Amino acid sequence: MSSYRNNAERVVVTGLGAVTPVGEDAAATWAALLAGKSGVRKLTESWAAELPVRIAARAMTDPATMFPAFQLRHMDRSGQFALLAARQAWQDAGSPRVDPERLGVSMATGIGGVASVLNAQETMAAKGWQRLSPFIVPMLMPNGAAALIGIELGARAGVHTAVSACASSAEAIGYGMEMIRSGRADVVVAGGTEAVILPEAIGGFAVMRALSCRNDNPERASRPFDKARDGFVLGEGAGAIVLESAGHAAKRAANVRAAAAGVGYSADSYDVAMPAPDGIGAAMAIRRALADAEITPADVVHINAHATSTPSGDTAEALAISRALGDAARGIVVSATKSMTGHLLGSAGVIASIAAMYALRDSVAPPTINLEDPDDEIIAAGIRIAPGQLELRSRPAKRAALCNSFGFGGHNVTLVFTTA
Amino acid sequence: MTEQEILSRLAKIVEEFTGIPASRVTGEANIAEDLQISSLSMVEIIVAAEDEFQITVPDAALKDLGTFEDVVSYIYRARRQAAGRSGQDDSAAEVAAT
Repeated sequence: MSSYRNNAERVVVTGLGAVTPVGEDAAATWAALLAGKSGVRKLTESWAAELPVRIAARAMTDPATMFPAFQLRHMDRSGQFALLAARQAWQDAGSPRVDPERLGVSMATGIGGVASVLNAQETMAAKGWQRLSPFIVPMLMPNGAAALIGIELGARAGVHTAVSACASSAEAIGYGMEMIRSGRADVVVAGGTEAVILPEAIGGFAVMRALSCRNDNPERASRPFDKARDGFVLGEGAGAIVLESAGHAAKRAANVRAAAAGVGYSADSYDVAMPAPDGIGAAMAIRRALADAEITPADVVHINAHATSTPSGDTAEALAISRALGDAARGIVVSATKSMTGHLLGSAGVIASIAAMYALRDSVAPPTINLEDPDDEIIAAGIRIAPGQLELRSRPAKRAALCNSFGFGGHNVTLVFTTA
Repeated sequence: MTEQEILSRLAKIVEEFTGIPASRVTGEANIAEDLQISSLSMVEIIVAAEDEFQITVPDAALKDLGTFEDVVSYIYRARRQAAGRSGQDDSAAEVAAT
């Protein structure tokens, strides 16, 4: 199909790491997702009382307990999550021996070190600029997390940061795949991180009317595809995966989780917050991802949807899936794991990718909790959503799972993972 | 305050900001090469030392501070000068006693 691929390296995934609202690592996250556990809780901080939204999905691990004090002071919370997830993924991959010049990092964030910016503002006002931390710039810069990982692992092929709101970490995985395909690297640690459960971020999303206000029932607040959905729930945490050329992985007999078979990008160029009508932009990303992976809709058995529980976003995505996959969509099981994790913005795509790879391995789709009364338009789109666990088709032999990830600004990314 | 006392307090600051055990912070240890302390960590250490020893260290002075012996003697001299200028009895007495 695409001739440039003829000599390109095939990319596989050999390590998974995650610090999420439902698990302290990737395996625990998957177990919690399968069990339908919600990570959404009431916010107990005093500042929450002032806000219309007083729920969020905090990570299970408090990173402040995971590093010595002097290191904590040098890293934004988003960098701390990123480093923890990257260490897990690296260890899960068997801490591969890689030529440093062939090792890369592609670690995204949607927003970056905004908590550090706000702290710095307080320090400036109270004590003056001289008392700012000399680490403030590395802490607030969006590439700060990628740099921390790159320095720790000694990655010299290139250290990169994609920033495309909630599509960021899917874009980062795509970029990592391209680093390997193009021959720039043998191994790339890819993923994303986010840590913005802060009054300014919650206020900002709330004023866009993007968040669920179901404060009295946190575990029921994130309800993708349900008629009564009223917005997303902000989550925090990070995910990282180790991408590796198939040749490099085979040489060291690595445990291959899945093949990272394809990536499709598109841009709506329509509105900064609303999806293009009928999901035409998202459908384009899905089609391009299938073409890139050289598969057909009949090969797809599962989709981990972007589905954040916003009224317009979920409908547009259902239409996009239907538009891109046609009749084959009826044989595909769609899950919306944000019903449990909340929306981790710049790490949403990697967490969804990890879930999609586990789903392929176990041949089961995780539940979409709180889907009690599916939206009529979504039913009409003809997609099949798993309200509880659903077994996946065992055919074809090489099966594909998609991960959709869309971001404010009109960024659309679809990733394709296949059984290796 | 003696130079030895300054070093001992400084070593505690270094430990707090870098995790390097205070026992490794000796006068002759080279800051960048032996202890691998980054320039940004050194800024943190100097700012904390300014508070601890009630002195100011101008940026221009930093480039001459290669070892902790250099830092200690800089602090020692700065304190003595400050005491001399202000004529504070306490500091002057302390300096005289050393």
